Amino acid sequence: MGLKEKLHNIKEKGKGKKWAPAFGALHTFLYTPNDTTHSGGHVRAADDLKRTMTIVVLALIPCLIFGMFNTGYQHFQAFGEPVDFLSWDAFWIGFLKLLPLIIVSYVVGLGIEVLFAIIKGHEVEEGYFVTGMLVPLIVPVDIPLWMLAVAVVFGVVIGKEVFGGTGMNILNPALVIRAFLFFAYPTWMSGDKVWVTGAAERANQIIEGANLDAVSGETILGSLAQGTDLGYSVSDMFFGFIPGSVGETSTFLILLAGLFLIFTKVGSWRIMLSSVIGAIVMGLIFNSVVDFGWIQEGTKFYTLMNTPYWHHLLLGGFAFGIVFMATDPVTASQTTKGKWIYGFLIGFFSIMIRVFNPAYPEGVMLAILLMNVFAPTIDHYVVQGNVKRRLKRLKVKTA
Amino acid sequence: MSQDIRIKKGLDIKLKGEAEKVTEDAISSNVYTLKPEDFHSIIPKLSLKVGEKLKAGQSVFYSKANQDIKFPSPVSGELVDVIRGEKRKILAFKIQADNEQQFVDFGIKDPKAMKAEEVKSHLLEAGCWPFIKQRPYDVIANPTKTPKAIFVSAYASAPLAADYDYVLEGKEKELQAAVTALSKLTEGEVHVSVGKSSSSQFAGLNNITLHKVSGPHPSGNVSTQIAKIDPINKGEVVWTVTPQDLVIIGELLLTGKFNAERVIALAGSSVKAPKYYKTKIGASIDSIVKGKLNEVSKRIISGNVLTGKAKDLKGNLGYYDNIVTVIPEGDDYEMFGWNKPVFKKISTTRALTFSWLFPNKKYDLNTNTNGEHRAFVVTGSYEEVFPLDIYPMQILKSCMYQDLDEMEKLGMYEVAPEDFALTEFICVSKQPHQEIIRKGLDLMLKEIG
Repeated sequence: MGLKEKLHNIKEKGKGKKWAPAFGALHTFLYTPNDTTHSGGHVRAADDLKRTMTIVVLALIPCLIFGMFNTGYQHFQAFGEPVDFLSWDAFWIGFLKLLPLIIVSYVVGLGIEVLFAIIKGHEVEEGYFVTGMLVPLIVPVDIPLWMLAVAVVFGVVIGKEVFGGTGMNILNPALVIRAFLFFAYPTWMSGDKVWVTGAAERANQIIEGANLDAVSGETILGSLAQGTDLGYSVSDMFFGFIPGSVGETSTFLILLAGLFLIFTKVGSWRIMLSSVIGAIVMGLIFNSVVDFGWIQEGTKFYTLMNTPYWHHLLLGGFAFGIVFMATDPVTASQTTKGKWIYGFLIGFFSIMIRVFNPAYPEGVMLAILLMNVFAPTIDHYVVQGNVKRRLKRLKVKTA
Repeated sequence: MSQDIRIKKGLDIKLKGEAEKVTEDAISSNVYTLKPEDFHSIIPKLSLKVGEKLKAGQSVFYSKANQDIKFPSPVSGELVDVIRGEKRKILAFKIQADNEQQFVDFGIKDPKAMKAEEVKSHLLEAGCWPFIKQRPYDVIANPTKTPKAIFVSAYASAPLAADYDYVLEGKEKELQAAVTALSKLTEGEVHVSVGKSSSSQFAGLNNITLHKVSGPHPSGNVSTQIAKIDPINKGEVVWTVTPQDLVIIGELLLTGKFNAERVIALAGSSVKAPKYYKTKIGASIDSIVKGKLNEVSKRIISGNVLTGKAKDLKGNLGYYDNIVTVIPEGDDYEMFGWNKPVFKKISTTRALTFSWLFPNKKYDLNTNTNGEHRAFVVTGSYEEVFPLDIYPMQILKSCMYQDLDEMEKLGMYEVAPEDFALTEFICVSKQPHQEIIRKGLDLMLKEIG
């Protein structure tokens, strides 16, 4: 008896049992089920939610691998013993740092998903596939694992399950996890120590009296917010040889991933494009404020406002956010017109928050969460347009 | 005023097993079946008792809500059985056919000279009324109302659909009689849509407004055409009839007989030699497919793969169907089916699916759902295959939470379940769109009427 038959028999045995969803999750991972159509049309297209989600995870893999190299590279760079970017040393450090994050993210997150599936008696849904991969890529590498676990529990339960699970949530769960970490453990999520692995530990050693040099673990945005310029070249920023969250640094790879998502029709090009337009518009506004001399050099927002508008696209988590998180179909606007508005405002607010909130210079997370909340409102007005058109047709008729 | 219709949004599902344009006589069926489920929302009342003899065209049952709407026997013979389900709900009427067919004579009529009331009562009396369906709600037309227009789609764009130009060959007289009669029933026009490059029998007829249609499926769906020609507003009613039913109506007027004969396509990848067959409404599936199918597990569908009903060999040709499609069952597991590259299935995405590379390839699809049922997640994909000016996901959701007000505002009066067959086909979450819409329409019919 082959594996297929064995698994089929277990599935038949488990029907209606408590553990069925947990087994089903594993089973459907190996085999597409033998379900046939029994209502409506008799044939179905090839795509299912697993395939859709896999495409996003696939698009994230290059960012993940690059992030492993970069984690090690930035570590050695900061500690004054530079190594080649594509070196085994660099990769190994990053790999050892990231693997536990990925494991914790998936084990905790999927554990909760399975638990809820069992309680509610439905199949385990694929939403966490993507969330689980996003989370390690948007947190500082040195984050304690327990902290990540707590955040994942919060994010999955409050961000998703309380609304009814995948497809029902209002906020992007990965961003809820990150926002939770940001507000609950701010010292671990921002500042100048957390973005390079080992920097925070070194700082603690210094406080304890060790005779060592302090190590900077700051992002470019962090330093810009404080009015200093670290002097990374544009090409460093574009290709991602800069400190930051694991997945966010390489705008180049994110751009490729974005194109892949657009090509496969999994990600919305409208949201991505309109976000970029929104960011450029806001960036240009700030640039003109500087050009017109309405703000003086040395004042609070000058450095960030003076940053050329197109640099903003390369800095921080902006690119990562709009490609992988703004496009989450569940929490984004669902109508075509709505997507343009939603995306534009995300880009617009990202740069605005980035400039006006120097304590936390990464605006894209808050901008997306904000627009997640407003997405249904945007859709409402777009749909009302359709409703009004219909009513107008009726009035013309009866008039 | 003729108006051509061209749509861009949609999807042609190209399947293997298209019927060759050759017509044979099907084996004549011994038992004919009428199923009330074919006449949505009708509650049947028996017109005669089990064991009684009847002629072709004689009423077998009538609608409880309106006893003028009669449902005729397709053949002469004996009502041998009434099959009942839960709560004695009637599931099927079985009629054993005589060798010698006898017809009720309803009298020869001249449609040109008939008045509206005459046409109406004649069609009701002879059991041809159920061929006329209405929008909103996609149910048999209410004879007490006057429609603003009547629509006939003579362009079949559904997968493997029977070609109307072929099956209507030589039926010009019947069609003319039927449309002339029907044109009396509406204050508006009788709109007939034909394929752009077709040589349709309708082209030369009087009393119709001809429209040429082009574009992918669902360009042949009557809702699509209504939306382009004269969309339905709240409070308005339109009627729809299929061309093959027009032939039966026409024959009734010209000969006085209810002749349930029709040419149907037997198509699909599980059919050895797909072609056309002459049979009758209600004929047993067995009489149509016997000896003509491949020896694999298969699904027999009365209707097309998108909107038809599953039948077994003992089942029957549906009342409105002009095609029997047979495709393989898909009740098997596929290893890593969710992530490996797909070449043998259709997809509108490019998520490691490659049907976009071969736009003209014909596929051998089976009935596997290719995934499990999920909540709605993906957005924006339905709109690509949905040509109506309606938000498909929003209207589906409004049906699910049963908000009548919202359903009405979003355009429920304009749709039929078949309009959601393509969104259902491409749905990543494998939601039962047609069922959701049908339930929504039923709710509206019950609450609003």
